[in-house]
Amino acid sequence: MAEIKRPDGRKKDELRDFSGEVGIIPNADGSARFQSGDTIAIAAVYGPKTMHPQHKQDPERGTLRCTYSMNSFSVDDRIRPAPSRRSKEISQIVEWALEPTLMIEDFPNTVVDVHINIIQADAGTRCAAINAAVMALAHAGIPMKDMVSSIAAGKLDKTVVVDLDKAEEDFEEGEGPTDIPISITSSGEITHLQLDGNISKDQLKEAIEMSKKACKQIYEEQKRALKDFVKQGE
Amino acid sequence: MEEDTTPKITEERIKKYLKEGKRFDDRKPEDFRELTIESGVSRKAEGSVRVGLGKTEAIVGVKMDVAEPYPDSGDKGNLMVTAELLPLSSGRIESGPPKIDSIELGRVIDRGIRESGFLDMEKLCIKENEKVWTLFVDIYSINDDGNMLDAAGIGAYAALKLAKVPKYDEENDEVLYGQPDKDLPLTDKNPIVTTVYKLGEDLVVDPTREEEDVADARITIGSSDKSISSIQKGGSQPFTTEEIEKALDISERKWEELFKNIEKQLKKE
Repeated sequence: MAEIKRPDGRKKDELRDFSGEVGIIPNADGSARFQSGDTIAIAAVYGPKTMHPQHKQDPERGTLRCTYSMNSFSVDDRIRPAPSRRSKEISQIVEWALEPTLMIEDFPNTVVDVHINIIQADAGTRCAAINAAVMALAHAGIPMKDMVSSIAAGKLDKTVVVDLDKAEEDFEEGEGPTDIPISITSSGEITHLQLDGNISKDQLKEAIEMSKKACKQIYEEQKRALKDFVKQGE
Repeated sequence: MEEDTTPKITEERIKKYLKEGKRFDDRKPEDFRELTIESGVSRKAEGSVRVGLGKTEAIVGVKMDVAEPYPDSGDKGNLMVTAELLPLSSGRIESGPPKIDSIELGRVIDRGIRESGFLDMEKLCIKENEKVWTLFVDIYSINDDGNMLDAAGIGAYAALKLAKVPKYDEENDEVLYGQPDKDLPLTDKNPIVTTVYKLGEDLVVDPTREEEDVADARITIGSSDKSISSIQKGGSQPFTTEEIEKALDISERKWEELFKNIEKQLKKE
C-alpha cells in the first residue's frame, strides 16, 4: 500500500510543533494557551462560584460549563460573532471530554466556567481547545484525577496519520480525508471520540493507538507548562 | 484576580489620593500605563494586533471581503466595526448576546475611524454600484483591567495600519486570502481615541479596573491630529464646561504621545 506524502512533509505519526503556556489572563482563576501549528486556543477558568439561577444548582456536585468560540478573524472567511450550532456542539463535546477527570463533586451548588477562544484556526481547534482548557483548569487549582490530552488523528486516502492540518482536512485524493478527533486521559481512558469520513475497524484501531502516543507527547508539554509556571512563582 | 465590585472604602481612598494628584500605582492623573502592541495575532486576518495597556489586553483583527455596496454609497467600500467583551476576559461578563457595553464600545470606535476620513472609502470601490470591499474590524477583550475603550481604539487603528488588501480574482469573484496585494487606502488623518474619566472633581486617563469602577463619568474623544471627529460622553454624572475643555486639552496631549508611541511600535513590527 503506497503511503501518502503529507503536504508539509511530516511523518505519519509526527505532530505539528506544539506548545503550551499558563497564566496568560490575569483576571481569570486559571488560564492557558495551547498552540499546535497554526492553530491557537486560549482558555480562561472562572470558579468554582455559586451557580445562578439557584434552580440550576446541583446539591450533589458542581457543574462544569464550557463555552467554545472562534474569533471572527481566526479563519479566511470571516465568522459572524454569534454562537453557531457548530460552536455549541463543540462546547458540549469539550465538557464531556473534561468532566471525567475533574473532582467536581467536591463543589456542590457551584459552577466552573471554562471560556475558550480560538485565535487562529488551522484545523484541530477542538483538540487545541481541550488541551488549553485542561491546563487552565489545573492552573485554577480545580482538583483533578487525571489530565486529558487531545489530538485529531485521521486517514488520508489509505494512510493513518495524526494531527491533521487544514490542508489535510481538505485533502481530496483517493479515499479522501477521515478526521478523528480524540481525547485521552494520561491513564489511557478515552473521554472524547468523533469521526468524520470512511475507515475500517482495523485502521480505526491503528488511529487510536497512534493517538495515544501523540497524546502522551502533548501531556508532557501540558505538564511542563504547568510546572514552569509554578517555578516562576517561587 | 479581579474583584466583583470596588468597595466604597477603596473609592473614597482613590478619590482622596487623586485630590493630591496621586494614584495607587504611582502614576500621575494624566499618565497612561505601558502600551504594548504586537502584530500578527492571527495570520488569517488581513491585519491583526494585540494591544496591552498595563494588564488590560485586547486583540483586534481586520477581515476583508467583496460585497455589494450600500444603495446610498455605491462608489464606496463598507466598514463594520464590532466589539465583543468576552466572558473569558473578566468574571463580570456573562455569556450571551452582546450587552450594551460591547455594543457601545464597537460603535464608539466605529465612529472614531469612520468620521476621521482615515480610510479612503472610494478607493475601496471595485465596480460602482456592484462590487466594493467590505472591511470588518473586530475587537475582542482578552483581559479587562480598565479602559478597554482606548485599548480597543488603539488596536483598531493599528490593525488597519498594518492590514493588507488581499488579491481579488475578478473573473471568478474570489478573494484570494493569504495573498496580500497592497496596503489599505489610508489617509494621513490618524484617528486615535482617548478617554478622560471624571472621579469626583478630578480627571484621569487610562484608569485601572478599580478606578473605572468609581468614575462618575467619562468622555471619549476621537481625533486625528488637531481635528476632533467623534465624541461620546458616558456615565450618569455631568461634566462642567470647564471640565470638558480640560478634557479636550488632555486628549490633545495624549493623542500626540500615543501617536508617536504607536508609530514607534509599528515600525518595529
